[in-house]
Amino acid sequence: MSVARRSISRSFATHLILGLYTIIALFPAFLIIINSFKTRKAIFRSPLSLPDSETFSLVGYQEVFRGGEFFFYFQNSLVVTVLSLFFVLLFGAMAAFALSEYRFRGNLFLGLFLALGIMIPIRLGTVAILKLMVATGLVNTLTALILVYVAQGIPLAVFILSEFMKQVSDDLKNAGRIDGLGEFTIFFQLVLPLIRPALATVAVFTMIPIWNDLWFPLLLANSEETKTVTLGAQQFIGQYVTNWNAVLAALSLAILPVLVLYLIFSKQLIRGITAGAVK
Amino acid sequence: MGALRLRDIYKSFGSVEVLKGIDLEVDDGEFIIFVGPSGCGKSTLLRIVAGLEDATSGLVEIDKTVVNYTPPSKRGIAMVFQSYALYPHLSVRDNMSLGLKQGKKPPAEISERVDHASKMLSLDEFLDRRPAELSGGQRQRVAIGRSIVRKPSLFLFDEPLSNLDAALRVNTRLEIAGLHRELKSTMIYVTHDQTEAMTLADRIVVLNDGYVEQIGSPMDLYNNPTNLFVAGFIGSPQMNFIDADKLGISDAKTIGIRPEHISVRQKKGDIEGVVSHVEHMGADTNLYLDCDKAGLISVRLFGEHSFEIDSKLKAKFQRDRIYKFDDAGKTIS
Repeated sequence: MSVARRSISRSFATHLILGLYTIIALFPAFLIIINSFKTRKAIFRSPLSLPDSETFSLVGYQEVFRGGEFFFYFQNSLVVTVLSLFFVLLFGAMAAFALSEYRFRGNLFLGLFLALGIMIPIRLGTVAILKLMVATGLVNTLTALILVYVAQGIPLAVFILSEFMKQVSDDLKNAGRIDGLGEFTIFFQLVLPLIRPALATVAVFTMIPIWNDLWFPLLLANSEETKTVTLGAQQFIGQYVTNWNAVLAALSLAILPVLVLYLIFSKQLIRGITAGAVK
Repeated sequence: MGALRLRDIYKSFGSVEVLKGIDLEVDDGEFIIFVGPSGCGKSTLLRIVAGLEDATSGLVEIDKTVVNYTPPSKRGIAMVFQSYALYPHLSVRDNMSLGLKQGKKPPAEISERVDHASKMLSLDEFLDRRPAELSGGQRQRVAIGRSIVRKPSLFLFDEPLSNLDAALRVNTRLEIAGLHRELKSTMIYVTHDQTEAMTLADRIVVLNDGYVEQIGSPMDLYNNPTNLFVAGFIGSPQMNFIDADKLGISDAKTIGIRPEHISVRQKKGDIEGVVSHVEHMGADTNLYLDCDKAGLISVRLFGEHSFEIDSKLKAKFQRDRIYKFDDAGKTIS
């Protein structure tokens, strides 16, 4: 009895702490979303109240969609995020496979060199990156952003994935070799499916900073055709007047795609974890 | 088809030398077992034969062709791993046929070979299941099936029974023995379990610390070990080693006598001891005698016997079963 009671109070405390943390974490997002549905006056008069029949207004969304350029910003963000993610996972996993699978001179050094990127923020190199992009004529292209984000994401990807790849049984890979599978087939068909949970983790960690980034779009791709959502939302923030309805509406909309991507990956993540646990 | 020849194989990982000059000739159709304590290099040697590791120096010949630079899939070998190493995303049928598909065999031949192998190993009802839905014994049978369908000239087994429980181990051991009789292919089998080695092998290769200690038939190794290591490694319980000085024997450094070649009696014997422990195995009884002169000696008696702990007994050695070893551990004949 006492054991059961203790575990109930214990799980209550756990849930209380986790619940509180969730509320704190989600509150800003919640504020943005409720205020995006209110009139300008209501936003300032009572920012914490929910929109009612009097204060409800879609004026922010109307302004965001006026002219239709916001749709393109979304497209840009999505193209940059998805492509960067794809290349980070592909190249990160390949590098991790090489580092964990093959014995060659300089293996350890190369691993440390790649891990160095985790410790040194890529923004320190902004000036050099900007010069490079100007010299190669990549300024104001999405390619510039994708290149930078791939470079930014690879160190962590290599670091995490190589740890996971070491756990994939050598016998399995060797069985493939004896059956005549090439190294690429072994990599894509045997190893990658087994480290899917790790891939999902890396995808989530890589995706969110890319989607939310303002720094590199502002510097490298601030032309009208290449603006991302975060940069696009800035146009409503003026020096003297800020169109809060539009800013909040734009930010609320920006949450959606990343939420969808997250749901896709987290499902993989959970499937991976339970597959290991229930076995 | 299936003769193997190893010539002066060396292998080192960095500065660690694992294999130090291995020479071996295996005839077609032989069942060869590599046995030795862990870390002796037996698995590495098997991997070199398979082509999964490169020898630092030396030649590997299969059917009189040097295969040092031939990839594993082209060497005409098949390998069964300790951890089964089945492809988790493929059904049993696809697991068995993958190698043949890679080798571009016609589909009719593939399905015929898979059916034949699955009949041999009674895997018919599992063909459409995934490895995760099979028990350990079934998985190992699938792994064996996967190697049979390749019709290799050389079967390689890397501790295939170590992950199975005791009862299943005996069954699968019998199956492998039956398989060898039926297929008549050359098999090379790595194990650290001397029971497996003694029961399955035509010839046993005893490895220790990167060297071949002795090669011979199971009974040859049991009756005529060439050195102290082989004498101690083959046979269970282990051979008793006694300092020759303490028995007053001058022409040897160490005396060896197997537990089953010692009898005990009340009065006359070679050495006196106190019973320190008795193990009743049913078919035989293991007796441990604490002797002042020689330390702990194990005696294996057939049938059931009972002894009082701490009672005094005399051990009598069978004269013609005493082994003598010199300073270097070599057998004196």
